[in-house]
Amino acid sequence: MKKIMINKTTKNDMITYAMVILAYIVVQLLIATGHVSSLIQGLLVPFCTYVIVAIALNLTVGILGELSLGHAGFMCVGAFSSAVFSLAFKDAIPGGLRFLLAILIGAAAAALIGFLVGIPVLRLRGDYLAIVTLAFGEIIKNIINALYLGVDGNGIHFTMKDALSLDMEEDGLMLIKGAQGVTGTPNDSNFTIGVVLILITLFIVLNFIHSRTGRAVMSIRDNRIAAESVGINVTKYKLIAFTISASLAGVAGVLYAHNLSTLNALPKNFGYNMSILILVFVVLGGIGNIRGSIIAAVLLTLLPEVLRALSDYRMLIYAIVLIAMMIFNWSPNAIFFRKRLKQRITAGRKPGKEE
Amino acid sequence: MKKKMLSLVLAGAMTAALLTGCGSTGADSGSAAAGTTNDTAADDAAATDDAAADDAATTDDTAADDAAADDAAAADNAGAADGAGGTLKIGGIGPLTGGAAVYGIAAMNGSQIAVDEINAAGGVNGMMLELNFQDDELDSEKSVNAYNTLKDWGVQVIDGCVTSACSIAVSAKTAEDNIFQLTPSGSAVECVANPNSFRVCFSDPNQGAASAQYIGEHSLATKVAVIYDSSDVYSSGIYEKFAGEAKNQPFEIVTAGAFTADNKTDFSVQLQQAKDAGADLVFLPIYYNEAALILKQASDMGFDVKFFGCDGLDGILGVENFDASLAEDVMLLTPFAADATDDLTVKFVTTYNEQFGETPNQFAADGYDAIYIIKAAAEKAGITADMSNEEICTALSAAMTEIQVDGLTGLGITWDASGEPTKDPKAVVIKNGVYTAM
Repeated sequence: MKKIMINKTTKNDMITYAMVILAYIVVQLLIATGHVSSLIQGLLVPFCTYVIVAIALNLTVGILGELSLGHAGFMCVGAFSSAVFSLAFKDAIPGGLRFLLAILIGAAAAALIGFLVGIPVLRLRGDYLAIVTLAFGEIIKNIINALYLGVDGNGIHFTMKDALSLDMEEDGLMLIKGAQGVTGTPNDSNFTIGVVLILITLFIVLNFIHSRTGRAVMSIRDNRIAAESVGINVTKYKLIAFTISASLAGVAGVLYAHNLSTLNALPKNFGYNMSILILVFVVLGGIGNIRGSIIAAVLLTLLPEVLRALSDYRMLIYAIVLIAMMIFNWSPNAIFFRKRLKQRITAGRKPGKEE
Repeated sequence: MKKKMLSLVLAGAMTAALLTGCGSTGADSGSAAAGTTNDTAADDAAATDDAAADDAATTDDTAADDAAADDAAAADNAGAADGAGGTLKIGGIGPLTGGAAVYGIAAMNGSQIAVDEINAAGGVNGMMLELNFQDDELDSEKSVNAYNTLKDWGVQVIDGCVTSACSIAVSAKTAEDNIFQLTPSGSAVECVANPNSFRVCFSDPNQGAASAQYIGEHSLATKVAVIYDSSDVYSSGIYEKFAGEAKNQPFEIVTAGAFTADNKTDFSVQLQQAKDAGADLVFLPIYYNEAALILKQASDMGFDVKFFGCDGLDGILGVENFDASLAEDVMLLTPFAADATDDLTVKFVTTYNEQFGETPNQFAADGYDAIYIIKAAAEKAGITADMSNEEICTALSAAMTEIQVDGLTGLGITWDASGEPTKDPKAVVIKNGVYTAM
């Protein structure tokens, strides 16, 4: 009997796409039949946001093999650039087109910043990227907190001092108001757009991994000296991967910004804690495992909300679950146990067949 | 084997947690139905429950009780369901964990005291009040999650959020869903931009302008220095309006020293600036923790000057290890002083002290007033528990402009359709370690 031979990686990628699409269909069906609580409905867009940024970071951590602790910073850049754009053109451009442009602007802004950060740092060996991106994330947050931007009949006003020194006219529109951030961003994000963006992100990342460039990037990760010896331009390929990763994080930021009517750069949402949380998604899902990142991002975003009934204890339980998942995923004994369990199940079902 | 057990137990715990999460929301919405629409819901609940079916034939009320009692998760609702008018579900949102937890917890405690008092006195229009306060961790995304959780619970009125940014994020959602919102302490202008949202506290601009006018009218100073937190919405908001209004007043701002949340322990630079500029009054639109440090450092460097603050300074006498004599002659505009001697304040402070073991701050007072304002508006509008959220929202929004409330944070507070309260700021000065009216 002749089987249709599908490339193993293609099959694997198809499972990932199918998983996202299936999840989307199931959720839409549940919403249509009224089985989804408001809490979950409200969480759908955040799920998409964190899934995209987790995939983006996985590209840096898993494929490029560099540690980035500033992906919340890239999210922040994407969020603020797109929110300012959407607010400024709130009435001038119709909703759909405006959001498409906002996504492109957010992605481009984050890509540019990622590129600039990458130029000096990616030439170095060692953990410098982690150090620089960590600092970058904090810097960008503080800059935005001190930034005042407004637009009126005379053009664009900009200052780092305070709102008064903008000298705006009465009918002027404040775009960024220092620590108050951006208020009144149109709520353009929705679950469908989020899922489409996840699929696009997956398409970009998975195809990138299996492309010639992706193989070059992975060869740098696995052995830099060997890669250099066969003539791979290390800095160039690192920059390509890192810039793509940053720009996808920017897209996640766009989704975040257009889900809420207010956007502030707080330590909570764009500080290093957030960057670490994104890293946790990636590590728990499996470094280099894109599908794992998606699942981990959804689970870990859902968990604290589902545990709300336990009030303050939820933080405690969240931490315990993190540790437990880490042991389950990464401890050698746990891996051995999982394998044995899998073997026993498959052996029980089909005697004689070995995994 | 240990690992095996551990992972099994943990997997079990996770599944159980997930199930309880879902279970409680389901149970709550079920009991919400039982609480809101007495007759039909009672019948429905009874019909699904064979045991209660017999009771349903006799009286509807007992069936409702049974249905509520069956719900383990809604055990606390059972008592409330006894009230003839059902239960009005009030949802609170504020930071209960993290750096700003002190504000959220205070507002929650204050609101809870008011709810208990009102329920003990027979409720509102025969309805009992029920408060469910959710944590937002000072994050606007989480505050929307908290709001959605409350919606699943069947919330009818929102008492929140405690902080400005969260309040803005939630007010966009309450406007969409037509749920009445009253923020106890969200002071940014945009918090009450929607027609369904109102506030208890002063707005930031209101405080800034009032402070400038007060200093000008009473000729307190000719040269004013300002020290403010540029990373804080509250502080920078007040400063902006203060500086704007100062142009119309007979004093000038000689320096404005900013600090951020990341470096708020050393203020010698800002104080030195103020001293060099010859300021005779320092305006502190900040919270009391930093203000206590500023007073200490100013006294250390021998900078003898008047200090003037806003409601954030309320609580400065309670700072641990703070020499209260340093705060002597500090002036502040505040809607609430815990050591005021009127009956209402004394009663509130005593109850708060008994229940929570500390002196309430202004957030607690705002939370307390918020519940009484909801009560006043609900009585004016004739709200009943079986009204839909849209009806409640429209009726309460209309009633808000007609009521006048005497609360802890002001006497004869009134609202206009914009959602802003009208009340007189009280200026107090600290004399001999107590707040004294000026």
